[in-house]
Amino acid sequence: MTRISKSMSRRTVLKSGVALTSMLAAPGLLRAEPAPVKVGLLQPISGAFALDGDLAKIGAEFAIKEINDAGGIKALGGAKLELVVGDSRSNAEAGAQATEELQSAGVAAVLGGFASGIALTATQTAARYDLPFVVDCAVADTITERGLKNTFRFNPNFSMATAVALKNLVKLNDDAGKPIKTVAIVHEDGLFGSGLAKIMQEKLPPLGFQIVETIAHPTPARDMTNVVLRLRALNPDLIVPSHYFNEFVLMARTLQQQRVRPKGIYAVFGGAASSYRFVNEFPEAAQGVMDCNHWGDPKSPITAKLRETVTAAGKFYAYNTPINYSLVKVFAQAVEKAGSADRAKIIEALAANEFDSGIMPYGKTKFDAKGQNASALPLNTQVQGKDIKVIYPAEYAEAKPVFPING
Amino acid sequence: MYSPQIVVEALLNGLMLGAIYALIALGLTLIYGVLHIVNFAHGALLTVAMFMVWLVCARYGLDPYLAILVVAPLMFALGYGLQRFIIGPASHGKDNGILLVTLGLSIIIENALLAAFQSDTRTITTDYSFRVVELGPLLLSFPRVVGFGVTIATTILLWLVLHQTDIGKAIRAVAKEKLGASLVGISVPHVYAMTFAIGCACLAVAAGLLMPSFYVSPKTGAAFVLVAFTIVVLGGMGSIPGALIGGLLIGVVEAASSLFLGDSLGQIGIFLIFIVTLLVRPTGLFGARA
Repeated sequence: MTRISKSMSRRTVLKSGVALTSMLAAPGLLRAEPAPVKVGLLQPISGAFALDGDLAKIGAEFAIKEINDAGGIKALGGAKLELVVGDSRSNAEAGAQATEELQSAGVAAVLGGFASGIALTATQTAARYDLPFVVDCAVADTITERGLKNTFRFNPNFSMATAVALKNLVKLNDDAGKPIKTVAIVHEDGLFGSGLAKIMQEKLPPLGFQIVETIAHPTPARDMTNVVLRLRALNPDLIVPSHYFNEFVLMARTLQQQRVRPKGIYAVFGGAASSYRFVNEFPEAAQGVMDCNHWGDPKSPITAKLRETVTAAGKFYAYNTPINYSLVKVFAQAVEKAGSADRAKIIEALAANEFDSGIMPYGKTKFDAKGQNASALPLNTQVQGKDIKVIYPAEYAEAKPVFPING
Repeated sequence: MYSPQIVVEALLNGLMLGAIYALIALGLTLIYGVLHIVNFAHGALLTVAMFMVWLVCARYGLDPYLAILVVAPLMFALGYGLQRFIIGPASHGKDNGILLVTLGLSIIIENALLAAFQSDTRTITTDYSFRVVELGPLLLSFPRVVGFGVTIATTILLWLVLHQTDIGKAIRAVAKEKLGASLVGISVPHVYAMTFAIGCACLAVAAGLLMPSFYVSPKTGAAFVLVAFTIVVLGGMGSIPGALIGGLLIGVVEAASSLFLGDSLGQIGIFLIFIVTLLVRPTGLFGARA
């Protein structure tokens, strides 16, 4: 057996030698169609977050088309990128399952994840195969704190975002002559809302804001009247909400109905506060609402193109599109730098290099030792008229904040 | 700690929201009273009715209140068909069979809606969605006031149907004594289906009352159905006045407890009542059966 296999291998070596010679002889012929690089995109295409998944897919597809039209991956002889979409079905178990499917489809890396719960299980699954995973917009700090070598996060995490949100809130208030003294926090009683409320309760008083009340409510909420009546009784200067889309809309509409007019509504990762859907459907209730959230650079011409594409598909634009667009761009740069579609080399390249951040306002993306993009930054937005405008920081701002909103 | 104005407003709001709970519970209690089954598909059917109202309003520009006139007959027909051709035959006359069939139906309906409409939430905006009725210093939500009135009217109508019409008498006869009723020539499957149909029509009314100020997604029904179950037990299973009084009571209790304890803890009030009722008066407030 040993002898045969040896002679076989000798034969193989000979054959490949011949092949190599012919390849060198006619390089143009063989390089014409290099094998495509498969990119996995893990998004909730069905289930409760299906809308977000669709928007993300539009962004990723747009970037892939751009890259392929510009000649593909140059380091791989113009290899095209091929998108393989995995459906996380909006839950953590299915997210892990879809990652397995992407793994067997032979992807070079997985991008996306969307929600924290899904990103946690999916990155762990990918880690078993040393499959590079770059998270798009999940915020739970723990995602990059488990020592997984394959896991990177493009977007800011929760701590980074709240730090920016608080800094900008202080600036907003100081610039307007400190109209805000009292704050009421309204939050959904799940992990997301309660977590944010806790941080706010710790951090706001030292900054000179008095918290008059923290109101928790369940999701889904049938009615917001009682919450709003309490707010009417307390009459806080500022409302800091953290809940999902439906509850946010219900609260904003009920505030309007009960004629509660705080000087500002300031959300962090607000469910609807930076949603064009909300602005379109309830322009009055949405007026002046501020948010600190993922957001693409409003001044980039590509942002305008992405918005057109999303609108043409009959959907409302949101941050998922620019983030996933930019994420594909970062991945393409990593493959260029790695000079290979090999997973280990891509992980190395992601960890070692700086990347252009596409149309996200992150400057140069640089992943730290834990895999977190150290320069990731949320932007502050405000609903003004029929549009959502960036108000902070200055280099991306399109408009001045309108504050206080109810004189 | 709160001004009396706010407390009164919260309680009135609770009372009016309770009326809509009552309307949802009405269908549930009627179906229980006659078919002796707990209809697990009730929440999903409410969602169906809400989507119907939404479709009629969004596509044809009809007012949500007028949409009730279109959706109620549709829901009536749907309910009749479901009971007559699916739930009835599939359960083979066994109560636990019916239980499982309705549970299965709710799963199928929810996922069918998810496939058809995605998880997106839909709303209808009307001029009066968030208008208020000013009662002295009190601001009352206009859709809630309408909801309260329509619920009372619907309950009276239902009571009249049950007591004054032939089908009502047949329904009550089947509820009391199934075998006896079939011996005197009443078609039990028909009466069962009619009852289920009336229950579904009640949901259509509730859906029309909810849509001006609420949203619908394939999961929306679940938010109301647990409260409706509580009301049915509180009021006495199968009792129509029980459902009405129970609904109003639950609404007020929910409002009071969420005003003073917060919305998350406020839910405790509802279930505390539920447990106390089961301990002290297992037949419910108006429950007659031993």
